[in-house]
Amino acid sequence: MAETLSLDRAQPQPAFPAAALDELRQDLRLIAEMIEPGARVLDIGCGDGALLAYLARRKGVDGRGIELSQSGVNACVGHGLSVIQGDADRDLDAYPAGAFDVVVLSQTLQATRQPRRVVEALVRIGRRAIVSFPNFGFWRVRLGLLTRGRMPVSHLLPNPWYETPNIHLCTIRDFVSLCDEIGAKVERSVTLDRHGRPYALDPRGGLANLLAEQGVFVLSGNPSC
Amino acid sequence: MREPLQLDCGVDFGPFTIAYQTYGALNAERSNAILVCHALTGDQYAADPHPITGKPGWWETLVGPGGVLDTERYFLICANVLGGCMGTTGPQDVDPATGDAWALSFPVITVRDMVRAQKRLLDHLGIGSLFCVIGGSMGGMQVLQWAASYPECVFSAVPIAAAARHSAQNIAFHEVGRQAIMADPDWCGGRYLSLGRKPARGLAVARMAAHITYLSETALHRKFGRNLQDRRAVTYGFDADFQVESYLRHQGSTFVDRFDANSYLYITRAMDYFDLAAERGGSLPAAFIGTRSRFCVISFTSDWLFPTAESRELVHALNAVAANVSFVEIATENGHDAFLLHEPELFETLRGFLAGCAEHRGLTR
Repeated sequence: MAETLSLDRAQPQPAFPAAALDELRQDLRLIAEMIEPGARVLDIGCGDGALLAYLARRKGVDGRGIELSQSGVNACVGHGLSVIQGDADRDLDAYPAGAFDVVVLSQTLQATRQPRRVVEALVRIGRRAIVSFPNFGFWRVRLGLLTRGRMPVSHLLPNPWYETPNIHLCTIRDFVSLCDEIGAKVERSVTLDRHGRPYALDPRGGLANLLAEQGVFVLSGNPSC
Repeated sequence: MREPLQLDCGVDFGPFTIAYQTYGALNAERSNAILVCHALTGDQYAADPHPITGKPGWWETLVGPGGVLDTERYFLICANVLGGCMGTTGPQDVDPATGDAWALSFPVITVRDMVRAQKRLLDHLGIGSLFCVIGGSMGGMQVLQWAASYPECVFSAVPIAAAARHSAQNIAFHEVGRQAIMADPDWCGGRYLSLGRKPARGLAVARMAAHITYLSETALHRKFGRNLQDRRAVTYGFDADFQVESYLRHQGSTFVDRFDANSYLYITRAMDYFDLAAERGGSLPAAFIGTRSRFCVISFTSDWLFPTAESRELVHALNAVAANVSFVEIATENGHDAFLLHEPELFETLRGFLAGCAEHRGLTR
């Protein structure tokens, strides 16, 4: 052929509104800090692509996304991001093992139909998986259920029970136990308070499970499995 | 093209002619070329009036200065497919060996043969690498064939309302169309041109049947319902009582003015034979191993001819080789034909995808 094509990662990245980059959600900002420059990243449930755009712009990351909503996908593709319309339950099986350096599942696990299969897929297709989720063991959730006897509604879980997409809620302790069960290694974990600030608490301890509103876990597959 | 083309059927075919149109200008780096691939009954007149019907180009909504396919930025090439009837060599042309029209002695061609012919055209134009290959339906099949056959020449690929293989249902519909043509006494075993005849009724019926598959039930209902055509009551006869019948008859009768019946046989056959996985021992991902092209796969919710499931299968195959792929299913009632119509979501998706690719390609305005 007369020419070969180059897809150099150092090439300029597509434009994403600059304002959006500065307003990156606190938990996404934390996730972004966990990702090394130039990594191959898959963001599952990438929404409007804010994290992917941030990673591409600031860290030269080669990013891909999966998003359920058509408006989200269109916004991403319209900003030059590589995103497919799909979901974590249906679209992860096709990827080969180790296809990505990092797979991100942010605030999405609780909305999947088969969370166990999804977490297994995450540590299969990514060398590392970063999972963030709302902690159902958070004291306000417990207290609300105890005192009011109603399903909790918060800024992380804003929908009433009858129309929430969050069908598989878990506590931090539940999640750690799932990781143990499927042999996923917890490389690192951060628990966050109501304002998205990190707590210095052991995620396996009862205090983290009580005080943290959300958890961010970095997992890797167990090579012996 | 003087050098013969090696066809899938084993024939060395040539010399042959390719008719094409271009829009916009090739830049100095020769890096802004977009190949636009047309569908079954399309042609090279993507953005200028059709020489026979006088109607606007089939993608005039997309192509033009400042358009989604911006002719101030990109150099567009659209060529009539091999076997077509708008200038590229097809069964209606004269076989130099006999001095008579090829008719059914024209070799059976495939989508890969069409793409091979297009590759010759690009070599002739001195374009070694395409910024983008884009097309809908059979055009999308050509896009996929390009990405599989000449991956190093394809920076980005946009198959719209397409699939990696033609389904049994689609082959079945094509067979109905072909049988309608061949059942017309004026078809004369394909030799109608030499005999000064034209299988207009057969071709019109083929078009009518096919046209139904391009629309959704919802769109047909919205457009026509059970409305009667210029009458207040049914006539208890077989005239076109219903608007939908009148519409289909019109579609059929205008089609025969601009299309050749044998071309229709050959091109539908090429689509039927299309199966990218079959070329690679049954594995679709194998067709794309090592690809560095950027893909944007697009389907439409109401398209039952090339349903979203087939696009998703393609996306999964691309994911399996960790290709760079975007996939959008666009909500519309316009059925398969949506890729030819004014679909704002389609336009926005394409505009964004191409802008992203242009940045990665280093294409400046």
